[in-house]
This record gives sequence, C-alpha cells and structure tokens, in this order.
Amino acid sequence: MKNPFENFDKILEHRMRLQIVGILVANESYDFNTLKELLQTTDGNLATHIKALEKEKYIIVQKSFVDRKPNTRYKISERGRSAFRKHLDAMEEIIKNQKR
Amino acid sequence: MKSQQEITDDLASVRSMMEKSSKFLSLSGLSGILAGVYALAGSAFAYFLSMSMRVPNYRTGSDYHIIRKAPDLLWQLVVIALGVFVISIATGIILSSRKAQKQGQTLWNTSTYRIIVNLIIPLATGGIVIVTQIVYGNFEFVAPGCLVFYGLALIAASPNLYEEVRYLGYSEIILGIVCGFLPGYGLFFWAAGFGIFHIFYGAIMFRKYDR
Repeated sequence: MKNPFENFDKILEHRMRLQIVGILVANESYDFNTLKELLQTTDGNLATHIKALEKEKYIIVQKSFVDRKPNTRYKISERGRSAFRKHLDAMEEIIKNQKR
Repeated sequence: MKSQQEITDDLASVRSMMEKSSKFLSLSGLSGILAGVYALAGSAFAYFLSMSMRVPNYRTGSDYHIIRKAPDLLWQLVVIALGVFVISIATGIILSSRKAQKQGQTLWNTSTYRIIVNLIIPLATGGIVIVTQIVYGNFEFVAPGCLVFYGLALIAASPNLYEEVRYLGYSEIILGIVCGFLPGYGLFFWAAGFGIFHIFYGAIMFRKYDR
C-alpha cells in the first residue's frame, strides 16, 4: 500500500501557512496587517510564514505606496492554487481511508 | 505524521478562515426586517396619496394612469421612495456596525468595499435606465425595473454576504419579471418585493445569525 501522506505538501502541512493560502484563494488579494489581525498572530511569526510561501512561489508579493506609506499586498499564484487543491485532496483522502 | 483529528481540525480551520476573510458577517437581519416595514409604510402612504388625488375612473390595476392624470404625484412618489431607501440604508449601517462591534469586527474592511462596488454598479445602471423611462412617460416600467435591478445588485454582492441575500436577489428578479407582465399593479409588487420579501428574509437572517 502506498503511503497516504506521500501527496502531502510539506509547506502547507503547517496550519498557519495552510490558512494564509486558503485566505488568498478565497480573496483577490490581502494585505499584511489585515492578515495579521485575521490570524491573530505577531508580525514576526506571520513574516516568517509568508517568506516560506514566497520562497516556494506559492504567493505573489505586490509592493506599492498608499499615501506615501508602503503597502504590501499578497496574491495567490497558480502554483500556490494547485498546491492548495492537491493538499486538500490528500487530506480528504486520508480522512476517507480511515473511516472505512 | 499527523493524526486524523489534526487533519480534520486543519480542514475546519482553513474553511472558517476562508469564510471569515471573504464574507461580511455583520449584516444585521433586524435591519432587513425594518427596511421591509419602512417599505410597507411608504407603499401604504403612496396608496392613500394616490387615492386622495381623486382622479376620475381611477381603480387599482391601472396605477400608472394616475400619474399621467396628476403629474405632481410623480415627484411625491419619488420623494417617498427615496426616503424609504435612505432610511433603510441608514438603519442597515447603524445596526450592522453595532453587530460588528459586538463581534469584535470592523464595519469597513475589504469585503465591505467589494460589496459596495458590486451593489453600486447594477443599482446606478438601473436607476439611470428607470429615469430614462420616466422621462418618456413609461411609468409601467418603474416598479419592475426597481425590482429586477435590485435583485441583480443583491446577486452581484452576495459572494461576500450570507447566502440568503442571493435567494432574496433571485426572488426580487422573478417578482420583477412577473410585475412587468401586470402593469398597473406596480405599487403592490413594489410593496411585496421591498416590504414582505425583506421582512421574510430579514427574519430568517435574524433567527440564524443575529443571536
């Protein structure tokens, strides 16, 4: 029997990273501060996870200025979207298999 | 390796985050009920005002004729309709901001912004189309036009709102189309669509989400 965890995405296994990607799939774009509020986390923690997702090219970072203040927005990439879908499918598969 | 319980929790948490991040969940059901009550009061007022014009041969089932016979009535009806609209919006904003405060949320966020943009496009389009029809004296078009465009606006805004809003949108469009085939009963359809439907869906939302 093949390992059911083989399709698991190592990056998305962490709950907060999975949540960030989920939020970006559900919305066109999201900014750092709103994301921080929603996830009720600290600047440092969120920044670390975002960096990991950015490195993996799961999210797209858009830097701009609003009223001369830097404003960073995040968007999901196609790569991130398909990784999210695959990871959810893998999770579903495991739950289904164990119910049998 | 994660346990099944952990995976189930992960799924639940990502689902709730996706919903929380994209939906405005502070819309007050009570404000829907009140908007319906205002609309019914406005319709009743409009009805008695039309009756008081004492246009000969006036009967229900031809209510647009009366405007042709009594032109002043047009502006009075427009004022009533706009009054109901403004008071309903104000009630919605006040009650929703209170609900948001109770939930520890803010009234203005990315979802609210998107809701407003999605509402304004069909509403403004509908408003302009209706005005063009009033200018040419097609008063029969006013009630079905209001209902259909309002329904479209609700459907456009519904991805960021409770699912009941989408059903309300469908209901308004169907009612508006039926109303289009029965010119002369515009006021009754208007009262049903903006009064009774709002009270009905407002009550469902009130029971489901306000408490």
